[in-house]
Amino acid sequence: MSLKIIVLAKQVPDTRNVGKDAMTAEGTVNRSALPAIFNPEDLNALEQALRLKDAHPGSTVTLLTMGPGRAAEIIREGLYRGADNGYLLTDRAFAGADTLATSYALATAIRKIGDYDIILGGRQAIDGDTAQVGPQVAEKLGLPQVTYAEEILNVDETGRKITVKRHIDGGVETVEAPLPLVITVNGSAAPCRPRNAKLVMKYKYALGKQERPAELPHAGLYEQRPYLNIQEWSVTDVNGDLSQCGLAGSPTKVKAIQNIVFQAKESKTLTGSDADIENLMVELLANHTIG
Amino acid sequence: MANYYSDIPELRFHLNNPLMERICQLKERDYRDKDEFDYAPQDYQDALDSYDKVLEITGEITADVIAANAEGVDEEGPHCANGRVEYASGTKQNLDAMVKAGLNGMTMPRRFGGLNFPITPYTMCAEIVAAADAGFGNIWSLQDCIETLYEFGNEDQHSRFIPRICAGETMSMDLTEPDAGSDLQSVMLKATFDEANNCWRLNGVKRFITNGDADLHLVLARSEEGTRDGRGLSMFIYDKRDGGVNVRRIENKLGIHGSPTCELVYKNAKAELCGERKLGLIKYVMALMNGARLGIAAQSVGLSQAAYNEALAYAKERKQFGKAIIEFPAVYDMLASIKAKLDAGRALLYQTARYVDIYKALDDISRERKLTPEERKEQKKYAKLADSFTPLAKGMNSEYANQNAYDCIQVHGGSGFMMEYACQRIYRDARITSIYEGTTQLQTVAAIRYVTNGSYAATLHEYEAIPCAPEFEGLLNRVKEMTSKFEACTNMVKEAQNQELHDFVARRLMEMAAVNVMSHLLIQDATRAPELFAKSARIYVNYAESEIEKHFNFIRKFQADELSDYRN
Repeated sequence: MSLKIIVLAKQVPDTRNVGKDAMTAEGTVNRSALPAIFNPEDLNALEQALRLKDAHPGSTVTLLTMGPGRAAEIIREGLYRGADNGYLLTDRAFAGADTLATSYALATAIRKIGDYDIILGGRQAIDGDTAQVGPQVAEKLGLPQVTYAEEILNVDETGRKITVKRHIDGGVETVEAPLPLVITVNGSAAPCRPRNAKLVMKYKYALGKQERPAELPHAGLYEQRPYLNIQEWSVTDVNGDLSQCGLAGSPTKVKAIQNIVFQAKESKTLTGSDADIENLMVELLANHTIG
Repeated sequence: MANYYSDIPELRFHLNNPLMERICQLKERDYRDKDEFDYAPQDYQDALDSYDKVLEITGEITADVIAANAEGVDEEGPHCANGRVEYASGTKQNLDAMVKAGLNGMTMPRRFGGLNFPITPYTMCAEIVAAADAGFGNIWSLQDCIETLYEFGNEDQHSRFIPRICAGETMSMDLTEPDAGSDLQSVMLKATFDEANNCWRLNGVKRFITNGDADLHLVLARSEEGTRDGRGLSMFIYDKRDGGVNVRRIENKLGIHGSPTCELVYKNAKAELCGERKLGLIKYVMALMNGARLGIAAQSVGLSQAAYNEALAYAKERKQFGKAIIEFPAVYDMLASIKAKLDAGRALLYQTARYVDIYKALDDISRERKLTPEERKEQKKYAKLADSFTPLAKGMNSEYANQNAYDCIQVHGGSGFMMEYACQRIYRDARITSIYEGTTQLQTVAAIRYVTNGSYAATLHEYEAIPCAPEFEGLLNRVKEMTSKFEACTNMVKEAQNQELHDFVARRLMEMAAVNVMSHLLIQDATRAPELFAKSARIYVNYAESEIEKHFNFIRKFQADELSDYRN
């Protein structure tokens, strides 16, 4: 008995280590100044997938990502940790996608992959922080979804159901759901395992088409070892509808971007008296901090 | 993100040493594994790139997991219950990460699941790990005991045990006993052959056994009844799965808290012979110890690096009298000295590792086929260099680690004496390095024969012929002078023909040889990479020269009849 698992992953600018060049003058993210990394919560999702693979021998873990040619790095990083293969959705027509167009593209690719039991992804990406893509993919594929997952406790392959511990306000809850489904994993889940030495040596030459230099080192290997060719899919490859992809398929429009500077005001000391607390409540309600 | 490998460009420099090409060619047997194993290198550049990438993984795990756990492990330490050791929780996480990254059995052939790495990149991993947690370094680095099982065990033992170590099981070397520390000839743990079950049985007690509850143990025991010296000792393999060895207690130590130091009780424990009877101490343990000594040298360099990092960061940040203390000569002198000893000691460590690599790879090839006369000559040359350099690398680096840890606390001033700074842990952890796997005094015993037989002098003269950049010629000439003084001292001591005097000044002679070797190595490194080593080469030669003068004066003026003043 084995599982077919798809992990959705995104290459993101490392917004956790933001320097002074992180934003452009127009107020958008200066991607060239920030190193591109594997979205942290997608790594948590990958770990859950790899644990399932460990527990259910014969299972496969397939990575799916969308981005420019260099996003093949995400596939390699997954292979280095134990994923079996991966697909990079890459096409100019995918560019400029908001969450709706992204989830559309991912859903078409998942339909093309076809055979799956569990689709995992991080709760949200650190560049947009929307947490919308996972749930939207589930909707588009008509699948149930479990969000804020912290740990997959059990998969009952014969009964086709899964037990998941999920993070909720002030605690955890354990839920059961039927397969197939979409699960988004919270950052509080187990961290991803490190890259494995043998896998790094095995896959270090794996490249997407766009990444290949004119003079390819060890060119002969790519025919002998098909796994070194990272699969790239265009809109046509996944039978995508152009009007639903990229900028064309994105209803989200950025109207303006404003820099917010927090201004420290003088501090106030309050006692624990009922009067002080009431005054504070009134003040916070009046300036719409709460309510 | 921090990375304990790529943040230190000196390590990558040493990985790219020209001698690595020959090492890889031998270790990879001209890259014959490439069609059989998908992770085997295609050629030299590919091999080097793989080492680099694996070192990067090690550096990342060390920063993200091992360094993050170090303080907690130091506080929590391992526990002993029901005869078993339970590691500190951080230690378990560290081990899990290293096993998942596949960093076990690194030097073993691929057919057993190993990475077939040379000793040099493996030693770099050991240095990196020790820089974050020297105690964990022991647990992880004891995997190199498998080298000895690989060298002297039979094929059946290879196929049963080596894959387990490659999969992440741990090892220990059970040598020391309450009455057999430095003097291993006195080992009394009894090995008797059990005819009925066709196996050996071990009975007795071992003490101070690092990682004593390991999965696989190499045990030194007395197999020849009635003997009392080293010739009655054999080496055995004890498999924890068979049972029979319990941990009576773990020691409460000054440092390396994460590393459990165990007292072991053997009760009729089933064991199997490794290699031939009676060669346990004289052949196998010597090989085991040489590997372990290189490991301690690496651990010491890791500690020196950690001491330097902590001292430098503090000296830049701490302000007194209106400026950062690093601006005061009294402070920057200490920092420069730490860095110079670190760079010199590391150069010696990896030069030794490369020598070991060449002769061990040729040794291994000689088990497959007859070596050519040129190869035999090469094997002999490097075996001798490795044997003569190993005690220098271990002896000097462990002393430097202690000196550097001391200076690191000194840079911190009063804060360094408080438990909240990492420098106190480095100081405590460093202390053992000049004691275990043979004290510095015993490294001197191993090294002194290469002083008196002229081996070090010959190597130094060979180094003098290696061209250096014009800007370092002045330094090279000074080192030539220093070597003359070393040879003059050696001759004075030899001519005196007084064994006690010879033993008495041996440490000084060994240090003279060592600082000359390290001066040369730094000049060579500075020639190839002045941006990394020019300063350290100049600073170290200043230091080495003053050390040479000190010893030269002492030995020149010392009269043998003064020995009676020193005797208690």
